[in-house]
Amino acid sequence: MKLKVTRDVLVPIASVLVALAIGAILIASQGHSPMTAYHVLIVKGFQSTAGLQSTLSKAGILIMSGLAITIGLRAGLFNIGAQGQVLSGALAFTYVGYRLHGLPIWIHLPVALVVGAAFGALVGGFAGFLKATRGVHEVISTIMLNSIMAGVVDYLTQNQFRLQGQPNTRTPEILHSARLPHIFGYPSGFLIAVLLAFFVSWVLKKTTTGFEFESVGRNRNAAWYAGISVKKTIVLGMLVSGAIAGFTGAIFSSETTGYFVPAFYSGIGFDGITVALLGRANPKALIPGAIFIGGMRSAQSAIQFEAGVAPDIINLLLALVLFFATAPFLAKLLKSNAKSITTTSGWGS
Amino acid sequence: MDTTLLRIENLSKTFATVKANDNISLEVNKGEVVALLGENGAGKSTLVKSVFGLVKPDSGTITIKGEVIEAGDTAAAIRHGIGMVHQHFQLVPVMSVAENIILGDEPHKGAFISYAEARESVKELSDKFGLDIDPDAIVEDLPVGLQQRVEILKALRKNVDLLILDEPTAVLTPQEIEELLQVIRNLSSQGVGIIFITHKLREVLAVADRIVVLRNGKSVGTATPKESTESSLAQLMIGREVIFRLDKKEAKPGAVVLEIDDLYVKDDRKLMSVNGLSLSLHAGEILGVAGVEGNGQRELVEALTGMRPTVKGSFSILGEVAIGKNPHAIHTMGVSHVPEDREKDGLIATLSIDENLVLNQYKNPPFAKGWIRNIAAVNSYAAKMIEKFDVRTPSGKYPINSLSGGNKQKVVIAREMSQDSKIIIASQPTRGIDIGSIEFIHNQLLASRDSGVAVLLVSAELDEILSISDRIAVMYGGKIVAILDPHDVDRTQIGRLMAGATQ
Repeated sequence: MKLKVTRDVLVPIASVLVALAIGAILIASQGHSPMTAYHVLIVKGFQSTAGLQSTLSKAGILIMSGLAITIGLRAGLFNIGAQGQVLSGALAFTYVGYRLHGLPIWIHLPVALVVGAAFGALVGGFAGFLKATRGVHEVISTIMLNSIMAGVVDYLTQNQFRLQGQPNTRTPEILHSARLPHIFGYPSGFLIAVLLAFFVSWVLKKTTTGFEFESVGRNRNAAWYAGISVKKTIVLGMLVSGAIAGFTGAIFSSETTGYFVPAFYSGIGFDGITVALLGRANPKALIPGAIFIGGMRSAQSAIQFEAGVAPDIINLLLALVLFFATAPFLAKLLKSNAKSITTTSGWGS
Repeated sequence: MDTTLLRIENLSKTFATVKANDNISLEVNKGEVVALLGENGAGKSTLVKSVFGLVKPDSGTITIKGEVIEAGDTAAAIRHGIGMVHQHFQLVPVMSVAENIILGDEPHKGAFISYAEARESVKELSDKFGLDIDPDAIVEDLPVGLQQRVEILKALRKNVDLLILDEPTAVLTPQEIEELLQVIRNLSSQGVGIIFITHKLREVLAVADRIVVLRNGKSVGTATPKESTESSLAQLMIGREVIFRLDKKEAKPGAVVLEIDDLYVKDDRKLMSVNGLSLSLHAGEILGVAGVEGNGQRELVEALTGMRPTVKGSFSILGEVAIGKNPHAIHTMGVSHVPEDREKDGLIATLSIDENLVLNQYKNPPFAKGWIRNIAAVNSYAAKMIEKFDVRTPSGKYPINSLSGGNKQKVVIAREMSQDSKIIIASQPTRGIDIGSIEFIHNQLLASRDSGVAVLLVSAELDEILSISDRIAVMYGGKIVAILDPHDVDRTQIGRLMAGATQ
């Protein structure tokens, strides 16, 4: 167990540090001061109240989309399609959020959130169904579903769901009865995300469903031998992953955007992959990484204004973090493969 | 003149915390057959892999014909005349014998491969060493024994002085084993030194000039066949006296519990592999299914345990038709299954030993109450199993991967034999594990049988079948070709039946 702590904690931290170091060189090469840039990152991302609020709000979203990816990974599924599921959940939530009038918040908000999650689950579950019944790889189907969902939400936003008499294409405003309240000025989405992380961790460790996910994710043959329905688990895994992604889109709409414009949601599903890999597919361990990335995202424009650093550098930094977080993991994988070629000994030992 | 071919001096190799080879020294003379004997995990494979350059030893030197060879360099080993025939063949199935043999060093005329020359050189080699084979036969059409011959020829073509054979007899019929031993004698008379790995004592006594026994990575003794017996060698291997005679009482067979009627099953390549097989298994007996691997045993077991669909025919468990049921349903009907490939089917490598011990019961009380699992109950049950089945581990919290093959198999056996089953289907239950564990597992199977459980034992080890079965069913070409009484058959008779001869 101790070994695991070193690997799961030190590798992400080291990868962040190495990425920051390389980022510093890049910033310096553009003629700006890396010290100023990182100082702004810390102040605007974590020290000022407004900055912290924004960071936590973004971190909550990242935690949830990271959880969507994580639960899939644990069941052996790589849900590249979180983005499409986020969009579908967000639009469904928004629609319920502006259409249902006269409900109290304690009915309207939960109902709208559940509808959002359900639409995410529908998209994810469809990919799971294709995999279980037709053997379609989820990476392929979810990438295609991403494009399909992008088209569908664009169409709906421009037509049926469009707020008329507005120059820009957007939906009507979500009613106050479907907006997440702040708690002491801080975003409650973050709190929900952390609770969800602990819940997912508990499900994986302590429930029979969690055991089925873990077994199917690690060895499908043995899971089948042990009496676990692999197909059912695959569908359920994608369904749950999609539901969390849809829920993420719903929370984001409720807390941050207030109405639906497709461009608001760009990147959420893909940042989730970064967060999940940084947390090594561990639901609780991905929280710090999500907060860090949330901080970078929320300080992005401040860094641009105050240190003159192009926002692309922040994107580059995130890509570097992902690269260094996953590279050792990949290297280990490749190394152990190479090793298994040369040193496997006799039957089964 | 110095006749020493290979000299290994003080060779050590450590994997993580395990000393696979601990200061081993060994010599092989020209034309000498040295048998390396030892339990699994004793370090035999590591030692020969060091010689062939597949493993880089931590310390020690390897000298061949007086020249030190670079460690961990296969190309250097080949250059110095070392050849190795691996346990798993490295052949291209769709190519001909000659093509396989020349692969990597093709004779050519200009830019084209000269097949005439290739065939010629294969002929020459097979004449020289008495290894008869058709150079134009396609490898996948050949029986396993001949495929192995292709492997040997491939090594010999590189002018080897030292040939390493890593468990060459594991997949052969008794007749093929005889032929292989003859080939080994031929090679040694031509001056080729041979290192022969096996854990079958009979073969060692039949062919070796010298026997080197490894235990826990150390060389614990050298013997000659003349001064050894099977039991003296076994004692050296495991470090204590082994009682080869099992505690076997007379069987008291009861009612039929598994009835197979005209069953047809296809294999992964969609070819009919079980071909109209009928068989009945009684309570309180061990029915051993003998056969060369690949005659439908695997598909039969997978069909009976619900892991593979059937094509035609039927089978019933305790009087109830069980066709089309999934593994869970069959398990619930009272069938335990020790799968052939424990790594692939029987265990989840990265889960803990505890979890693996309840793998197919994770949903049942007391291990779960509804949706919530009771981890404490899992751990305390697992601790009892680890104790009872003598699984050697400091704690059940470790991943199953940390165990040796024998201990992994004990985990599977512990899980499958502790479930009040009426039928145990055990496929290759002792493959690749040490003698101590084999003895333990055999006694467990006998104890189950004495308590009225029906055991279907599928094994490629004829000795295993002969020693614990109450009846022997010989399987060939997807059918049972004979049912024999172990008391009045001999090995050659079974061997002939296994190879497809009619009685």
